[in-house]
Amino acid sequence: MTALSKNRRLSGSRPASLLAQLVTGRTKNRHLMGWLLASPLALVLLVFLVLPIVMIVIVSFWGATEFSIYPAFQWDNYQFLLTSPVTYKVFLNTFKYAVLTWAFTLTIGFTVAYFLAFHVRSLTWQIALFLLCTIPFWTSNIIRMISWIPFLGRNGIANSTLMSMGVIDEPLDWLLYSDFSVILAFVHLYTLFMVVPIFNTMMRIDRSLIEAAYDSGATGWQTLTNVIIPLCKPGIMIGSIFVVTLVMGDFITVRFMSGSQSANVGRLISNDIGLLQYPSAAATAVILLITVLMVIGILLRFVDIRKEL
Amino acid sequence: MDRRPRSFYVLATVFTLFLLFLYGPTFTIAILSFQGPEGGLTFPMRGVSLHWFRDLFEQQAVGDIWGSFGRSFVLGLMVMVTTVVVSVMGGLAFRKRFAGSGVLFYLVVTSLVIPSILVSLGVGLIFSQSGLDVHWATSGFGSQLTWTLPFGLLIMFAVFNRFDKSYEEAARDQGASAWQTIRHVVLPIIAPSLIGVALFGFTLSYDEFARTLLTAGSYNTLPLEIYGMTTNVTTPVIFALGTLTTAFSLVVIGVFLASVWAMNRRRARQGSDAGQGMV
Repeated sequence: MTALSKNRRLSGSRPASLLAQLVTGRTKNRHLMGWLLASPLALVLLVFLVLPIVMIVIVSFWGATEFSIYPAFQWDNYQFLLTSPVTYKVFLNTFKYAVLTWAFTLTIGFTVAYFLAFHVRSLTWQIALFLLCTIPFWTSNIIRMISWIPFLGRNGIANSTLMSMGVIDEPLDWLLYSDFSVILAFVHLYTLFMVVPIFNTMMRIDRSLIEAAYDSGATGWQTLTNVIIPLCKPGIMIGSIFVVTLVMGDFITVRFMSGSQSANVGRLISNDIGLLQYPSAAATAVILLITVLMVIGILLRFVDIRKEL
Repeated sequence: MDRRPRSFYVLATVFTLFLLFLYGPTFTIAILSFQGPEGGLTFPMRGVSLHWFRDLFEQQAVGDIWGSFGRSFVLGLMVMVTTVVVSVMGGLAFRKRFAGSGVLFYLVVTSLVIPSILVSLGVGLIFSQSGLDVHWATSGFGSQLTWTLPFGLLIMFAVFNRFDKSYEEAARDQGASAWQTIRHVVLPIIAPSLIGVALFGFTLSYDEFARTLLTAGSYNTLPLEIYGMTTNVTTPVIFALGTLTTAFSLVVIGVFLASVWAMNRRRARQGSDAGQGMV
């Protein structure tokens, strides 16, 4: 009798404890499994992302002679950087490039994505035209920059066309090696980064919402501003993050397209590297990284990236 | 099908202009690379010839183009394979929340948005200060992974967000082990997306410039070689090189896209016969 009740009590409690054990066991297992699978990723990021950042922060406090760098803990690099008017001018210029490029890529990218998502009616055509927009992303940026030379030079296609049309009498000098050509190259290189995420969110908009807007009497423009644009916000944000960070971190496009006549922060860093002034380059890099991360932090407040993929 | 609204024609024009803007310059240098021997960097064409392509095959004229192409190709393959394997493992890991997964995710985002020159500078400093030699296959390889892995991983997130878990459950119900489920159910289903990840891995590596600038060592990769040429070559030979590498990229993209297409077709033909029954 007692044995039986004891037995019953045991069998009553066992499934529960077993379940608990299983659950805890599986939780531990889950964490272990997660880390096992993620370990190669974590390792690469640790060695080639985290350690380099740490190293840059350390070296930014070091000192430098003309030929070598030596370990130290001094604020000289930052002091020089933050008291030099050049720094502020260059940072301002970097923001100018970022904002202008952002405005142009957003306008063009949104229009292109809108056309693809809402005006192209067959899926095959949508995919084909979308691929046509993305293929240049997989080719070389440097080559794409070089390919503007025959267009924009003094004797280039743009100038000779304008002159033969009688619009201008002598070649325009500001087409190549100017802020104009820098922005043009940025827009040319990075508009895809807007098109892809915005197109992605547009394709996921429930079409019945748009019909509902029309049925309620909204004009096309009202539907666009009140329904489509708000629903595209995540895509716009992701595209903006790409464009802003790519432009702010760039040094090659500005160097090449401005003919070394304008500067942005990336060029400041690469010039220091060229002169072997690594500590000074590192200090500039730290400031740049903080700036970029702050901009991203602000943009990320508007969107949950993982949910939007 | 109803009549297209007027806005369609406006937008179609904008779209066409955008494509012209996107491809026009590339086509122009493709034409100009056939410039005659006396021709310059812009129109008019002074004759048509293969002169500048021939120049590419003469070492003295342009430096070590073919050596750097070989290195870029091998490096691209290394990065491609690593990106696919690591991204799939990472994608599988992120399907369940694990301790520290949030931090790791933010590291991935950081890796994506960090200015390339910082990776180049940091990795270069680590190698030089610890007395190691930078080399394209070690430091260059690792630096490029910080650019390709986030793309691979984001694609895997997108794939697994759309993944129907009932396939796995069905496999498990029939007694498949965890490994068998992945090997025979998950991997075949996501295979076309893996080709996409591979495409990103290869092409992003093949074209990467900033991250290899200070980490490639004494042997240049192709983009570094081209960059060097932009400062001291003022003949259409650089257009010829640009045309060749772009053509190569297009072939690579074509191969990848064709294999995705073939795989999807094969799947449509031989795929699921669920619901058709044998009874």
